[in-house]
Amino acid sequence: MRFVRRYLIPRLIQYVLVNILGITMIFILPRLMPNGPVEKTVAQIQDRGAYTDPKAAEQTVKALKELYGLDQPLITQYVIFWRRLFTLDFGPSLVSFPTPVMTLIGQSLPWTFGLLFTTMVFIFILGNLFGGLAGYFRQNRFLRILDGVFMVLAPMPYYIIALMLIIIFAYIIPIFPVGGGYTIGAPIGFTWAFIKDVLIHATLPALSLIIIGTATTHQIMRLIVQGVNEEDYVRYAHIGAVKESTVFSRYVMRNATLPQITRFAMGFSGLFSGALVTEVIFAYPGIGFLSYHAILTSDYNVLMGVTTLSIIALTTSTLLMDLLNPLFDPRIRLT
Amino acid sequence: METLRALFRDTRFSIGAAVMVILIVLALMSFFSPYDVTVWRLVPRDQPPSPEHLLGTTSLGQDVFWLLTAAIRNSILLAFCSAAISRIIALTVGLVSGYLGGAIDRVLMFVNDGFIVLPQLLILTLLALLIQENLSLLTLALLFGVMGWALDARFIRSQVLSLREREFTYTAILSGTPLYKLIINEYLLYVMPLTLATLIGNMIWVTGMEVTLAYLGLTNVSIPTLGIVLHFALNYQAILLGLYWWIFAPVGAAVALFVALYLLSQSFSDFLDPRARIQRVGTR
Repeated sequence: MRFVRRYLIPRLIQYVLVNILGITMIFILPRLMPNGPVEKTVAQIQDRGAYTDPKAAEQTVKALKELYGLDQPLITQYVIFWRRLFTLDFGPSLVSFPTPVMTLIGQSLPWTFGLLFTTMVFIFILGNLFGGLAGYFRQNRFLRILDGVFMVLAPMPYYIIALMLIIIFAYIIPIFPVGGGYTIGAPIGFTWAFIKDVLIHATLPALSLIIIGTATTHQIMRLIVQGVNEEDYVRYAHIGAVKESTVFSRYVMRNATLPQITRFAMGFSGLFSGALVTEVIFAYPGIGFLSYHAILTSDYNVLMGVTTLSIIALTTSTLLMDLLNPLFDPRIRLT
Repeated sequence: METLRALFRDTRFSIGAAVMVILIVLALMSFFSPYDVTVWRLVPRDQPPSPEHLLGTTSLGQDVFWLLTAAIRNSILLAFCSAAISRIIALTVGLVSGYLGGAIDRVLMFVNDGFIVLPQLLILTLLALLIQENLSLLTLALLFGVMGWALDARFIRSQVLSLREREFTYTAILSGTPLYKLIINEYLLYVMPLTLATLIGNMIWVTGMEVTLAYLGLTNVSIPTLGIVLHFALNYQAILLGLYWWIFAPVGAAVALFVALYLLSQSFSDFLDPRARIQRVGTR
């Protein structure tokens, strides 16, 4: 009972409030901007070179505002926005018109999920293993070189790594395709050829994510392990002549991996926004690519949908982590 | 002086500072540029590096070297301005929230949590998309400044929380020091090193965000920054045409800037507090 009152309820209240705050912000911010989606759409029609006389343009603006429901008072819009949010209805896409936004998101989600989940598992294993070893065996020459490499890689902006990979593996040594999720025109189905095709296309994007992610995780894990090394129980184990490998795996790594599990789970929050740059660079047909296209074509509804979902994903995974942490880590007291 | 000497004993700091000085010298050279970098077709197009054009020329007829100096200047300026703006917000929120506590603290930290969970890249994308044509360096700096303060405000707040319990606080209050004097004269000094360390960290974040937005073509393309130079190079298919100097120049400069800032922030926070290292790497 004490757990529910002191731990669960405050966190649930905070969860709801933060969601309301975040979603309200993305509702209000675009409405404060000088030119909204309507003006953008009209400007785009004019960009295509069609002559529009001012009167017609004005009427278009009026008609579009009515169509999008932007002529109503702000409060009414806000209420309608929330009511539709509960049914996960973000309206139709403005560019591929009658298709609902949710259908588009549903089509792209499996690609992003597959890519992110695979890379996250790789990053978790590789980063923690190398980081743990580097933190524990600090004199090892090979690990020190690796450490230096990761130290340069870690602060590197992501797209530069991606760009390098494309230049090297798609132009100079063309063994991987430049981009895309699968060969255009290939028959889609659960055939071996198609799966192989998808895997080959996913290699470069995955590799770029793994390199940068492993470097960052490695840096953090090394510091955590160095911290754990100083603990009294590790010194005690050394004095008690516990085998070195046992100290490393049972005493140090087990304790150091705990905070990393949190980071692993938080990775899922990036499902809707994290892979934007990757997918744009590699033209990978996931959520990021969808939002990029929405950006280019000012497809406002799609952007609102993706942003809202990513806020909910982020807050939900934070909440789940808060609730699950005591299960992983018995040292956390529920107060 | 003593502090500086101690900092320079760290190799990472010396390397970072050296690279930073080179970049700043390059940035200052942009004021002596023989070409107006915003004007196209001033020099022959697609020329490889030569004594005349140190880093070659672009397909738009710009000299890559002088373009790069202007880009470095704008990028560093932008990073510094937005980091400074967000530091001011973070300091105000952290000091007020940490010292006053109570209801004000709860409200501020609630807003703070709200900002932390926002998907920053997407929201910046959404906003940049809408005001793209009117984005000057200043508005862009404001935009980044407003988005980038939340996490650091929390660090500052937690430090103030511990300062509030120190004896000198009680002495000051009992001897009748006004609140604003206590905060400015006493607390600010303690919080300053942490603020400086987060300033560098924030500059890395801003530069990364700016290059990402520019890369996606969302910022004002008429102001050359590292991201914009890269954007043009990719848009004009520099890789495909083999104009490697055009693409490697901004990439190299960006890498140098990132590594220099990262080394500086690492050695700086090590210098402040060995335990802070974990936090610094974690907040990227």
